[in-house]
Amino acid sequence: MIKITLNNKPIELDVDPKMPLLYALRDELNLTGTKFGCGAGQCGACTVHHNGKAIRSCITPISAISEQAITTIEGLADDKGNLGESAVQQAWREFKVPQCGYCQSGQMMSAAALLKAIPQPTEQQIIEHMQGNICRCGTYKRIKAAINSAASNSLVTAKSSKSTSGVEIFDASKQGA
Amino acid sequence: MNSIENVSRRGFLKVAGISSSAFVLGINLPLSASQARSSTATQSHELNFFVSIASDSMVTLVCHRSEMGQGIRTSVPQIIAEELEADWAKVAVVQAKADKKYGSQGTAGSASIRNHFTSIRQIGAVAREMLEQAAANIWKVERSAIKAEKHFVVHTATGQRISFGELASHAAKLTPPDSKTIKLKSNSDFSLIGKDVKLVDLDDIVAGKAKYAQDIQLPNMLIATIVRPPVVGGSVESFDASEALKIKGVVDVIKLKPRPLPVTTNPLSGIAVLAENTWAAIEGRKQLKIKWQHGDKQSHSSKAFNKQLAKQVNQQGETVAKKGDVYNHSYDDKNTLEATYTVPYIHHAPMETPAATAIVEGKKCTIWAGTQNPQWAKGNVARELSLDKDEQDNVELNVTLMGGAFGRKSKADYIIEAVELAKASKRPVKVIWSREDDIQHGFYHSTSANYCKAELTKQGSADHWISRNAYPPIGWLWNPDAKLPSDSQLALGFGDIPFALNNLSIEKHAVDSFVRPGWVRSVACINNGFALGSFVDELAVKAMLPTRQMWLNLLGADRHVDPNKNGFKYSNYNLDLTAHPVDTKRMKNLINLISDKAKVEQLLPENQGWGISFLRSFGSFVAAATKVEVVNNKVNVLEMHTAVDCGIVVTPDRVKAQMEGAMIFGLSIALMGEITVENGQVQQSNFHDYPVTRINQAPELHVHIVESDAPPGGIGEPGVPPVAPSITNAIYHASKTRIRDLPVNKIFSV
Repeated sequence: MIKITLNNKPIELDVDPKMPLLYALRDELNLTGTKFGCGAGQCGACTVHHNGKAIRSCITPISAISEQAITTIEGLADDKGNLGESAVQQAWREFKVPQCGYCQSGQMMSAAALLKAIPQPTEQQIIEHMQGNICRCGTYKRIKAAINSAASNSLVTAKSSKSTSGVEIFDASKQGA
Repeated sequence: MNSIENVSRRGFLKVAGISSSAFVLGINLPLSASQARSSTATQSHELNFFVSIASDSMVTLVCHRSEMGQGIRTSVPQIIAEELEADWAKVAVVQAKADKKYGSQGTAGSASIRNHFTSIRQIGAVAREMLEQAAANIWKVERSAIKAEKHFVVHTATGQRISFGELASHAAKLTPPDSKTIKLKSNSDFSLIGKDVKLVDLDDIVAGKAKYAQDIQLPNMLIATIVRPPVVGGSVESFDASEALKIKGVVDVIKLKPRPLPVTTNPLSGIAVLAENTWAAIEGRKQLKIKWQHGDKQSHSSKAFNKQLAKQVNQQGETVAKKGDVYNHSYDDKNTLEATYTVPYIHHAPMETPAATAIVEGKKCTIWAGTQNPQWAKGNVARELSLDKDEQDNVELNVTLMGGAFGRKSKADYIIEAVELAKASKRPVKVIWSREDDIQHGFYHSTSANYCKAELTKQGSADHWISRNAYPPIGWLWNPDAKLPSDSQLALGFGDIPFALNNLSIEKHAVDSFVRPGWVRSVACINNGFALGSFVDELAVKAMLPTRQMWLNLLGADRHVDPNKNGFKYSNYNLDLTAHPVDTKRMKNLINLISDKAKVEQLLPENQGWGISFLRSFGSFVAAATKVEVVNNKVNVLEMHTAVDCGIVVTPDRVKAQMEGAMIFGLSIALMGEITVENGQVQQSNFHDYPVTRINQAPELHVHIVESDAPPGGIGEPGVPPVAPSITNAIYHASKTRIRDLPVNKIFSV
């Protein structure tokens, strides 16, 4: 039995410890927002947060994250805990980033992790950080614009709420969930 | 003729989510005029295309086309809502299942809007007319005294209003008028068409809630992964599943039945591992021992084959179109240019690999799949299950969102696999393809060679033009003896050369096939557009003219070109040539627009260059311009523009998005898209050896949309063809290195 904290909720998984997190999320927990793209850590479609940092869940065995905190697209929220309202998600809607949308969970998770680490990234930092996420529809221009917008919006939010980071992870305990 | 019928009177409320509707309207969209039926013959259970209005005024519209990122689930309802006078905020969208009563559901060839614009408008217009009539009856006023306006019908003299919801039950009692008698709105009255509305799937995608075929989960479902024959036409000689079956979670190993040629849309057979979860299926698969019979395609080498095609096009071929005489002419060597261009096999690589889920219970089958061609898949599944003609509707095919498709998901192979395995295992089965499966067992854009020859004229144009191509034809899918492309395939930027030439010969060559050919976004326009766009640039260089000027000179006077006059049976993408002419004025406008907007004639540093190109395809006109720099043998793409004239624009932001996407897709093709085959087997396996454009390679992008009242053209594909030649032309102008063989990374690092 492997215990993890998933979207701020403790859960237990009775699976092969070698099973990559991606398949545990999708098959065992029915959290299908995290996508399969390559199975080899090459495309970023499966990106989730591990203790707030972006990881590729398709190459991360469940045993490697035992007792640790995982956030998926389903748990991404603004600093008040409103699901789907993170600065990144708001910007993704504003710039109508997605085309087919399949890679976008991974793109948003990578972008949110970037802004958590570097609230005001340069163009070069955005490119370096987002290089691992492929979008075959070709939405890169809008991804860049949305990240820039989320960064400046969260700068405003950060100033007004005195919060230190641009993107907050949903805390289910605060919601009584 | 379209037959529109009021189905609510018959209590026909089959579509999910509209059971509370008081007013449901169906329309039959025939596949073609010849298949049109009279409205009186239409039975309620045959109705399909719906407008439904609930008493709370919520309007539910059905989208019968498949969504793969082009935004069609927004654009189709947007068109209906326009004519209906519906308030977009009160519109919900339901996805159609596979059903021939919808007419064509084949979402390919950039056809949804360009082929169905008018018929989609009619369904909304008929519904509006009925609502207005219902209000006229209630108020006992002349029909002309009232009009629909944003979800209400208004009495114009008094300003009195009734909501659509209140009218729904009254409208439901009326007989629908003949759609041909209903006047559609004039373009100047559009309030939704040409405006950006809220995208139907945006919120779900951003929340991670959008459901794709890969995301289907059913109780008791097994996950299947399949090892397929490495060579097309190969089969399993023997296999040992004993180790695979020892893996915890593996439930069964099943040998799929052999599939003889023709390939059509069939699976490739192979060995399937079925397991309780994806990981067990993957682990089990690794333990399979299979001995293959490779068959006669195992000698295929794409590199040797491509060289052979290049040789072939340097010989005279079979005439496709002819004007004057190019052979009884003495070419002046100094002013004559000959060039051979090659393009490798190219793969779609959509981010979502193919997946399908099926339940088979006796003669009943339920499927969830993302498919560009729901009815083709359904028909093939019915055949797979040996269903009679009147049992076709035992197959229920639920169409999910597609995580990209680009032509790959026109085929039904992965759906048939799921059905075959669900039938064999007697449990729901989801077939999932790994990325390696996707890259190694695709339906590829055919590797090709194009040859061009022309002589410059004293007027700065060219004449005595020869265009030839050679590539394995799509028709091989159906006929293993097919060696020549069909006329409709030759119409893709080849038989329709629009230049003002007195002497022209367009020729094709017979070619054998070794891998499964497929439709990849813009199809043969990829290689034909690359050859044409490159050759015009080469002519311009030879004539020492700006490339813009060479295009303008070749296109000549404003006119509508009729390729049929050269003896070529030109299908014009199944569009009427009068309504959708090969219009040189619109072409020249785009050449000028792209050149001006991108400032392609500006002076640049020595290692930088601009390249332009153009192609009319799928009823739309697109020009592209690219700026590159070449430093230390590395190409950096700095800036790209496309200018598009696609006639009436329905959803401007999605047109823009498709053009942005086409530039990135074209960039992948130009810089690095290459599938190679040795011993009949695809050598690439994942994104490390089949790279596609990443964000660090994505340049600054600009899209220029021409305002137009012309009938709409396609938008999913036409952006792609001019992109690759604009890049290689730019590389030439930056480095004096001419790339005639794609991709660029054979010569430069990218």
